[in-house]
Amino acid sequence: MSDFDEPHDPFLTRRRILQGMAALPLVGLPRLGFGAPPPTAKVNTTNLAVTDTEVTVGQLHSATGTMAISETGSIQAEQLAIDQINAMGGVLGRKIKVIKEDGASDWPTFAEKARKLLVSDHVAAVFGCWTSASRKAVLPVFEKENGMLYYPTFYEGLEQSKNVIYTGQEATQQIIWGLDWAKKEKKAKTFFLVGSDYIWPRTSMKIARKHIENFQKGSIVGEEYYPLGHTNFNSLINKIKLKKPDCVYCAVVGGSNVAFYKQLKAAGINAKKQFLLTISVTEDEVLGIGGENVEGFYSSMKYFQSLNNPNNIAFVKAFKAKYGANAVIGDVTQAAYLGPWLWKATVEKAGSFDVDKIAAASAGIELKTAPEGYVKIHPNHHLWSKARIGLAQRNGQFKVVAESPALIEPNPFPKGYQ
Amino acid sequence: MTPTTWFKRHGLASWLLLACLLLVVFPLLFDNFRLNLVGKYLSYGFVAIGLVMLWGYGGVLSLGQGVFFGLGGYCMAMFLKLEASDPITTKIQSTPGIPDFMDWNQLTALPAWWVPFEYLPFALLAVVLVPVILAFVIGYAMFKRRVGGVYFAIITQAVTLILTVLIIGQQGYTGGVNGITDLKTLNGWDIRTDSAKVILYFVNAGLLLAAILVCGWIQRSKLGTLLLAMRDKEDRVRFSGYDVSMFKVFVFCLSAMLAGIGGALFTLQVGFMSPSLVGIVPSIEMVIFAAVGGRMSLIGAVYGALLVNAGKTYFSESFPELWLFLMAALFIGVVMAFPNGLAGLYETYVKPRIGRRKSATAAAPVDAPAQHPAPAALDDALPPGLTREEC
Repeated sequence: MSDFDEPHDPFLTRRRILQGMAALPLVGLPRLGFGAPPPTAKVNTTNLAVTDTEVTVGQLHSATGTMAISETGSIQAEQLAIDQINAMGGVLGRKIKVIKEDGASDWPTFAEKARKLLVSDHVAAVFGCWTSASRKAVLPVFEKENGMLYYPTFYEGLEQSKNVIYTGQEATQQIIWGLDWAKKEKKAKTFFLVGSDYIWPRTSMKIARKHIENFQKGSIVGEEYYPLGHTNFNSLINKIKLKKPDCVYCAVVGGSNVAFYKQLKAAGINAKKQFLLTISVTEDEVLGIGGENVEGFYSSMKYFQSLNNPNNIAFVKAFKAKYGANAVIGDVTQAAYLGPWLWKATVEKAGSFDVDKIAAASAGIELKTAPEGYVKIHPNHHLWSKARIGLAQRNGQFKVVAESPALIEPNPFPKGYQ
Repeated sequence: MTPTTWFKRHGLASWLLLACLLLVVFPLLFDNFRLNLVGKYLSYGFVAIGLVMLWGYGGVLSLGQGVFFGLGGYCMAMFLKLEASDPITTKIQSTPGIPDFMDWNQLTALPAWWVPFEYLPFALLAVVLVPVILAFVIGYAMFKRRVGGVYFAIITQAVTLILTVLIIGQQGYTGGVNGITDLKTLNGWDIRTDSAKVILYFVNAGLLLAAILVCGWIQRSKLGTLLLAMRDKEDRVRFSGYDVSMFKVFVFCLSAMLAGIGGALFTLQVGFMSPSLVGIVPSIEMVIFAAVGGRMSLIGAVYGALLVNAGKTYFSESFPELWLFLMAALFIGVVMAFPNGLAGLYETYVKPRIGRRKSATAAAPVDAPAQHPAPAALDDALPPGLTREEC
């Protein structure tokens, strides 16, 4: 099934990580003893913005507009990773310089800025985008101008590009294991699917439906979609009360979440009476919804801030030191943090900043220091990653109650789920 | 020199200046990337000159031009998407040969109303006709019932909202929030290459200049005079025996057609179309282009579209954290300082000086001061910085 050996469990290799971390201070020392960094002509044959001392990358997120609230965490995490890499001496002996561009939650602006970063600034890589719509808008630009994009959000799959590394989960990684857990642990047989009306929830629910009906032999008792920004869920709540599903399976996003969970609570549907599993609520969303409104519900993600491993403890500490003690870290924020590190590892393996060489060298790149644990890039440019179930707490954090035993293979074009 | 000949000469001169700027100066000054951006701004220029005709001359404010811009853009995008979705490149899909977003939404065949968009002539015709037909239906229904002014503006906003919700909701047929993306070729011609972008820029600039000439001709014709008369005293025109509502319908359709052409050129140059260009915010932005440029001036509106969009790009590149505030400052500043936009600035400050120089050099001192209450002479009597309107 897999193209390479089963990856190591990060917790078994803790000693190795600790050994590696002990060596970290050495990396920060001047590189006198290691010889000069490789000459620019050798590591950059495609006219990228790389000098003897510096390499320029781009960062393309929405700093303004409706998506700014979601994308800020990604902007911060990428900046933190870049600062840490620079403190360790940079990439191939070159400090990373960032050009920040604002996509302004507007898809044509994303396309314009992506072109600007690649054509005018010749950046070596871009960390950015959040919504599928923005990624779809910039994808032709990256393919045409041959750029490299590290995309952090969990998304619907059905895409694979030489010019993109997807550091979030594609739909099957997030959904299938979680549904199996719901069947096994919560004896869920009947499901009510709820989502916002756009491509990600639609595709996710399609996969969920096929898995529930064809593989779990369960049944779907209702499937509803609401426009983005919808705030009146009373009719939905009545339907849920009427159908009494074992599990309400949710992919409601953005501002709708706040109204959805508040109205559920007001209607008396709480965790004691109803099992609810969501694939769209992270620590970031709980900030807006309020911990008391989601307490006791479950979320299916690959990362939770409360993960207890040395990598994550160090990451959370560094993040809070830089952005304040109240900062929260959601699934996407962590995935965004992986981007610069994966790029650094790939550049060092390829011995070059050239996009073609990075694209070719990406398959098989491992990261043992990822806060989520060990990750590895699949030849299809997605990450092998675990799935986890978190139980929402009143304080806005999640308690990890289950974790897939092994890394799950990314499968953006799942057979039998189309 | 009579005022009309002066106006003609003056209009032609500023048209020539704009043509020179668009066709010679910009291509020499900018690299490919910047030129493509200017091309994108110019596609908004069509909407802006449409608004000058509709709002400035017709006195009808539409806050829904994004609808027509979007419809034109979508018609173009549908053709390009079908061309990009041949069975070989889409063989990974469950149903090869249909656009990818249809496949994701479990459609197994191309919807019948998409089929004609496989033909370029039909698509090009649709770019013009679909916005015009919708504008005709809305305009006829509204203006025949003498709905106008702020009520009409509100209805155009409602139409904008309806169309956005429709496009987002019917994602299997329209691509939903993502829009129609990943467009590649126009009849086999790769529109993503640098040379294609340059050619599209010149096509866009040429069409825009032609559109200005056509609109300028309409303004100077009897029709233009009637539009102005209608704007200022609608009842008098009606009592004179003219069918006021049909003139309004005409100018509304004209502005819709221009917006549709702009939308199609936008799609070709940017490479996709999405509902974010149809919505209420972009529709209001389009009115701002015309307001900044001067709603009575076709040429001014083009400069308005260029200035506002260039400001957007420049501010957001240079001050990613602050740029929205700077844009707001630009709008407020322009509206406070020059209520008639850039063109008004030109009329009050630059033109009188040219006029003065002309009246000094030209050997026509007889008719200029007599027929024309020589603004230069009056302005001389005022304290510096003040104009006649302000006194």
